[in-house]
Amino acid sequence: MERTEQQIEQKSVGVVEPAFFTFAEDEPFCLESGAQLGPITIAYETYGRLNADRTNAILICHALSGSGHAAGYHDPADRKPGWWDECIGPGKAFDTDRFFVICSNVIGSCYGSTGPASINPTTGLPYGLTFPVVTVGDMVRAQEKLIDHLGIAQLLCVAGGSMGGMQVLEWAAHHPQRVKSAIPLATTAHHSPMLIAFSEVGRQAIYADPNWNNGNYYDNGKRPDAGLAVARMVGHITYLSEMSMHQKFGRRLQQLEKYGYEFDTEFEIESYLKYNGNNFTRRFDANSYLYVTKAMDYFDLAQRTGSLAAAFADAEAVKFLVVSFTSDWLYPSYHSKEVVTALTAVGCDVTYLDIQSAWGHDAFLLEVDTMTRLLGSFLDRLVREEAVDLPLADSDEVEQRTLRGQNGHVDPALAERLRSAAELMA
Amino acid sequence: MRSEPMVVTPQSLRPDLAAVAELIPNDVKVLDLGCGDGELLAYLIHHKHIRGRGIELSEQGVLTCVRRGLSVRQGNLNEGLADYPDGSFDYVVLSQTLPFLSDARRNLLEMLRVGQRAVVSFPNWGYWRCRLELLLSGRMPEPPGLPQPWYEAPRWQAFTVTDFARFCRLIDVRVVEAIYLANGHRIHVRRAKNLLTTTAIFALESL
Repeated sequence: MERTEQQIEQKSVGVVEPAFFTFAEDEPFCLESGAQLGPITIAYETYGRLNADRTNAILICHALSGSGHAAGYHDPADRKPGWWDECIGPGKAFDTDRFFVICSNVIGSCYGSTGPASINPTTGLPYGLTFPVVTVGDMVRAQEKLIDHLGIAQLLCVAGGSMGGMQVLEWAAHHPQRVKSAIPLATTAHHSPMLIAFSEVGRQAIYADPNWNNGNYYDNGKRPDAGLAVARMVGHITYLSEMSMHQKFGRRLQQLEKYGYEFDTEFEIESYLKYNGNNFTRRFDANSYLYVTKAMDYFDLAQRTGSLAAAFADAEAVKFLVVSFTSDWLYPSYHSKEVVTALTAVGCDVTYLDIQSAWGHDAFLLEVDTMTRLLGSFLDRLVREEAVDLPLADSDEVEQRTLRGQNGHVDPALAERLRSAAELMA
Repeated sequence: MRSEPMVVTPQSLRPDLAAVAELIPNDVKVLDLGCGDGELLAYLIHHKHIRGRGIELSEQGVLTCVRRGLSVRQGNLNEGLADYPDGSFDYVVLSQTLPFLSDARRNLLEMLRVGQRAVVSFPNWGYWRCRLELLLSGRMPEPPGLPQPWYEAPRWQAFTVTDFARFCRLIDVRVVEAIYLANGHRIHVRRAKNLLTTTAIFALESL
């Protein structure tokens, strides 16, 4: 079969290696709740190269169950690439030929960053429920530490969908001087009571699993898989739309010609949920699910300021691309429109599109063609308006390789020295 | 994914949009309501160095605008305008949309709340051929330059240059400047404008 132009264009960043950055080793990190945490490790990946003046960095923020592995493969034999591989890579929306793309795992999660499954250094045991509750604000302040560590004064763009979009809004509202532009996708500025309700059903499913044992299950080998699977199933329902369920599954039966009049898995939709629920338990930690959903529930940008416009008062210089999807009933379009209204009132440069889609909340990962056009054009404009230089091909590559130690860290001091050396030689 | 901005030259600009552009000075802030594929905004930014924003209903329109490097919000006129504080723009533009509005008075006053000046262009049913068509055939003429039957959505409502000028007086709006086009060409006559114009372009201010 002849490959389409699109398939040829779909180039990958290839095999990537996760990196780790640890901070708050001496002084603990103060969380929004007042609790303290330290040391904190952040797992992250980077794709593409930084340009000489470090102005081409884009931070990608992941959703509830995501990780810092946004693109490429950890192993050539991997079946699936990173979670947003379709939008990150050479020639893709986040074009790694032009941009230095960073994605880090949020604190509280379980993909290498410090969370409830991590070992508490003072006890030598996993934190479990002694891990402090974190917020979206805390996640973003931890990302800011990483950006500092990478020697990036200002991000060209911060982008993400769902909970990733909440982090994007948090960056723009509370760290506006560190971002030139923001792309919040399929998200909200405040978690609605309905969203809190869905989170709580998921958490209750985990609490109800006897294996959960108040969060102490790391050492006994009995994990609360049944509870976590139900939580994930509820989640999956909210990510689809009625129409997409009709299209994907209809009332079709799994392996059966007619109804069996029994309680085995019969309908395709049941089998889909069961498969995804079980699959999830192999890759996610139940306690992390509690912590990350709780962080989302606390998210309310207008809470401190009284109004959303006031929350964005300092973000006047940030350029926004806000995107919602017509069939997303979890984060409906009017949530995004609220953000657009607030940004407009402040006088921000805001572009907004409600993309026609039948795929529900998942659309932000599935409407690749429209997203590539939209995000690509928006980033093209930023490159023009902000006069962003492309990373230099050969000399830069040497520098980048030298900069990256065994663990993938880029030492800013070393970077500075190498850069001045390179300038002297040039 | 790299795209060059689609440049609009003075020659390629639609004649009614060129007339709108003529009424807008350099270096001002412009909001284009129903900006379509962003042709006017792109032209004004490139040739008159304005700071521009657009509101557009169609997804395709917004996508093309973003591709041109414009800042555009999807939405209808009402929800779009309401979000802007008073006097956010120097000029608010409404091209060829007036006959389709269900509440022209409210929209026009909103435009003049958000902008210092409003520039509107509209087809003129006072044009002699329209009058003749109604007289001779007994059929309602389609809007000059916007061929669309009366029954198709969005529905238009016919009015003339004289009607509009009277309407402006009624709502305390002053016509500051006007350009009259006959089939894309500018006409300079002192009298009988209503008879000879196919498309009129007015710059308006609150009294």
